[in-house]
Amino acid sequence: MFQLTRPLTRRALCAALLALAALPAAAQTRIVTDDTGREIALPENPARVFAAGPPAATLLYTLKPQAMVGWVSAPDPEDRPWLRPETAELPGLGRLTGRGDTLNLEVLLAADPDLIVDYGTVNPTYTDLAHRIQEQAGLPYVLIDGSFARLPRGIRAMADLLAVPERGEELAAYAEATLAEVDAILATIPEDQRPTVYLARGREGLETPARGSINAEIIERVGARNVAEAETRGLATVSPEQVQAWAPEVIITIDADFAANVAGMPEWQGVPAVDNGRVHLAPAVPFGFIDAPPSVNRLIGLKWLMHKLYPTAVQGDLRAEVADFYELFYGVRPDEAGLKALLGG
Amino acid sequence: MDERALNTALVGALLAVLILGAAIGPFALSPARIAAVLTGDRSDSQAVTVLLNIRLPRVLAAAIVGAALAAAGAAYQTTFRNPLVSPDILGVSAGAGFGAVLGLLLGLPVVAIQMLGFGMGLLTVALVIALTLALRGAGQVLIMVLCGIAIGALAGAGISLVKLLADPEQQLPAITFWLMGSLAGVKRADLAAALPALLIGLAPLLALRWRIGLLAMGDDEARAMGVDAGRLRLLVIACATLMTAAAVAMAGVIGWVGLMVPHMARLLTGPRFDRMLPAAILIGAGFMVLVDTAARTVATLEVPLGILTAVLGAPIFVLLLARGARPWSE
Repeated sequence: MFQLTRPLTRRALCAALLALAALPAAAQTRIVTDDTGREIALPENPARVFAAGPPAATLLYTLKPQAMVGWVSAPDPEDRPWLRPETAELPGLGRLTGRGDTLNLEVLLAADPDLIVDYGTVNPTYTDLAHRIQEQAGLPYVLIDGSFARLPRGIRAMADLLAVPERGEELAAYAEATLAEVDAILATIPEDQRPTVYLARGREGLETPARGSINAEIIERVGARNVAEAETRGLATVSPEQVQAWAPEVIITIDADFAANVAGMPEWQGVPAVDNGRVHLAPAVPFGFIDAPPSVNRLIGLKWLMHKLYPTAVQGDLRAEVADFYELFYGVRPDEAGLKALLGG
Repeated sequence: MDERALNTALVGALLAVLILGAAIGPFALSPARIAAVLTGDRSDSQAVTVLLNIRLPRVLAAAIVGAALAAAGAAYQTTFRNPLVSPDILGVSAGAGFGAVLGLLLGLPVVAIQMLGFGMGLLTVALVIALTLALRGAGQVLIMVLCGIAIGALAGAGISLVKLLADPEQQLPAITFWLMGSLAGVKRADLAAALPALLIGLAPLLALRWRIGLLAMGDDEARAMGVDAGRLRLLVIACATLMTAAAVAMAGVIGWVGLMVPHMARLLTGPRFDRMLPAAILIGAGFMVLVDTAARTVATLEVPLGILTAVLGAPIFVLLLARGARPWSE
């Protein structure tokens, strides 16, 4: 008798356990197909979300800050006043994909997320990484295409995953309006009146994202011509002589030291942008205007660049637009002192 | 070829590559315009900026960096009686590299980064010497070299740690690029800052080159000729370290030149250090100017010098080896 019943009880126990485990899951998950084409089961209303890289973290912050379990890297002290207070103190957990893979999966699991989102390049490497981490960590990992051209669509797709469709619609509509406004203005400006631009990075200003690089996309989106045509689609280091030969009409930089010093640097004399005082420092808090990260934060960069590149053609109050953007996307409205710190003047 | 004719030929070749380096670059300047600027014509301010603030300082910097690395390598190979030795054997490049990438990580001004690199290079070698003395290995070259390898490995670990901690978007590309060596950002002020250390290091090597050559025969032989081998070796190390640290602080880590150029010189002059050193200095300067000219002209983006010294240097080196005998064996 003992011999007979034991396998039965064990089987019954297993079935009961499986049913218990499956019940809540069946009630709360749904299946989505992400931009890698994988079908993924994820929670109906994700409450603890981990962003795999800086672009995803910024998008997650703008859409559903209350669901963040951490940042990729902890915000710098100068970023904190510009972030919602409840997110400013969240820890930096590390990044999952891309250069410098710094996250220990155990740290990730200790943060107890129910969803991992990534926003950026979709290629076989990232697709495979998403798949591997999903298998290894046992967590749904969703990758959304982060290309600039599909920004409104990316916002809506991410908002849908995070179960905040109204918020997504609000931000996506802003993105669509901004892009349409840029196109409307560009239609009035002939090609030959659009300036050549050099994007300067680093203290010496000699690192530059070449044409085709994700860090320089925004330059082409506002109709300007990035002078840095090099053998890479990434970050190139060039000589000052090369910059002299390119003779850019406008220089956009993300380095405050370079912006402050370039007028006195002998090797930059004679560059039209420097001679004509058209060197502009892109604001960088809490997220960059140009890139760093290449995410929704670039929408305000578009407006800022239009004002800087086409001062006569562009109407409107840049300060008010920046304040509105910060309030809508970041949940923090800058006051007069804040705007002055951001935009200068 | 006798010594005087050889050195005259090498000086002529160096002048030719200096002119070549001054004549070509991404900013188009006609030879007539260059000649006009050099003879005092200041009417075209753009040409003046390009030539006097950018191109010429860079060509001269390449020449002195090449000369310094070649001289340091030649002195080390003779002093340590080993043809495989390069100027970074006692850890100066790794130490200077660590100092500089630390400066990049901390976001220091460029001058501070250079000073930190220079200082850490000197400190690393000082540490190696102190360690050698503490181990009572002053007379033993092997102990000194092993100490250098150990401390150099520590500095290398420090570099890896800095790379790990660096911001992958902003700092890591700069650090990686710096570690491959480049003169892209060189200014006149950098040249002026590095020149004293290079001259102070080079002068004793040139003045004492005959005595230093005696070290190649072994310490006992040198002593029999009236040379205190231990003290002379320390002097050579101090001079070579000073030059290498200054070169690395200005141009980043450039491999190959210090190892290869002395061999090229030796194939032309034979193994005697007093004859080989001037040839090595001239070849090193000329080779580096050529390499740097390639670095700023073969592509729109700057090609790191470390890549080009190997790509250009390795085939030349093998070719020379195939043609010559084994010139370092007496």
